[in-house]
Amino acid sequence: MSVGLVIVSHSRKVAEGVVELAAQMAPDVTLVPAGGTADDGGAEIIGTSLDRVMEALSTADTGSGAVVLADLGSAVMTAESALEFLGDPETMLLADAPLVEGSVAAAVAAQSGGNAQTVRRAAEEANRQPPAGGNAPEKAATRGPAVTAELTLINPMGLHTRPAAALAGALGVLDADVEINGMDGKSVMMLMALGAGMGKTLHVTATGAQADEAVALVRREVERGFGEV
Amino acid sequence: MATELDAGWAIDWLRRCAAVIAGHRTELIELDRAIGDGDHGENLDRGFRAVTAKLDTDVPDTPGAAFKLAAMTLMSKVGGAAGPLYGTAFLRAATAAGDAPALDAPALAAALAAGRDGVVARGKAETGDKTMIDAWTPAVEAAAAAADRGATPAELLGEAATAAEAGAVATDPMVARKGRASYLGERSAGHRDPGAASSALILRAAAEAAAAVEPGGSPAGGPSA
Repeated sequence: MSVGLVIVSHSRKVAEGVVELAAQMAPDVTLVPAGGTADDGGAEIIGTSLDRVMEALSTADTGSGAVVLADLGSAVMTAESALEFLGDPETMLLADAPLVEGSVAAAVAAQSGGNAQTVRRAAEEANRQPPAGGNAPEKAATRGPAVTAELTLINPMGLHTRPAAALAGALGVLDADVEINGMDGKSVMMLMALGAGMGKTLHVTATGAQADEAVALVRREVERGFGEV
Repeated sequence: MATELDAGWAIDWLRRCAAVIAGHRTELIELDRAIGDGDHGENLDRGFRAVTAKLDTDVPDTPGAAFKLAAMTLMSKVGGAAGPLYGTAFLRAATAAGDAPALDAPALAAALAAGRDGVVARGKAETGDKTMIDAWTPAVEAAAAAADRGATPAELLGEAATAAEAGAVATDPMVARKGRASYLGERSAGHRDPGAASSALILRAAAEAAAAVEPGGSPAGGPSA
């Protein structure tokens, strides 16, 4: 099962709308809205509800954990409070991300099998401009010899959303630091930001215990055109 | 003199909170309307009314259990930022109080400090930002000083409440740096922070509940130590 998502908003409609939008990219991911709250008489009002967030968390976590995205100030606090009530489980994470873009990125990462950390990272890197010179972790020197490859994209659409998500998700679970054209290979958004189309060369560098597996995985996917040729 | 406060005190405190917040509801709404979105009084009133309703059916047997009930209810029923902030304060205080049947002065000081730390962690505000913290921090410092010199729980809470009240007054000239009021910038000066004001009311209620215990045991929870 994939990581589930909980969308917390002051407005019930916003939460439901974000779920609707993100679900288009992630048909198999459990997306649960937790928007709005109720007044004494049970009428719907703007606000956030701890009960709704906690219930949404238990629905969203189908065994692989859940990632929470929230809109403004007290929605973030309510989400943090819910996680604190649950004992801050390691598989339930709050993402510090723009609600709409972050939810879409997180849903794509969850759809492609990323774990909770990978999904949160996808959300948090949404809408963030890639830094000049890339965002790859600068610890290659401490992680043993680098494994490298030069790979040319053969599928017509290149490294677009779906393959970027699949690649980042698959790399995310490996014990390796992976750099693709200077970007962190475990980040969906950074891979998409490369804008790498057909014919473009990917320079892949991996370090760490599973560096060989990481490069082999990228090579396999690129050579089969991400299943699109 | 009671040297410890039990669940009866905690329950009485929460009921007094509901009464004092209801009594100051309009005042808190007006404070919040000046520099926020105007919902503080209404939200807190709703939250504490829900706490008292819960206490009618569910009687906690330790101060920690009472704090936890308040935490859960406030977080659920207070729609604005005050819910998670006060909820976290009570939750952390509950954790600090643990399963102890009653709290002595050092334990009360520790519970207040844990509550304040929870508000800081949740709201990410610092002293001087014109928030609840400006009432809580002087209260926590006064409580620690009182515990150190061997004050009774009632004295400790009385001094904490007085410090919180002074802290709330001291927010008047401050420029808000957190929450909705921070959008107003300099225009937030000249108004008391509603969260600091409600914090002072809540801490005064704790002191009054403790003072009510002193002569002959707890009002609702049997004899105190």
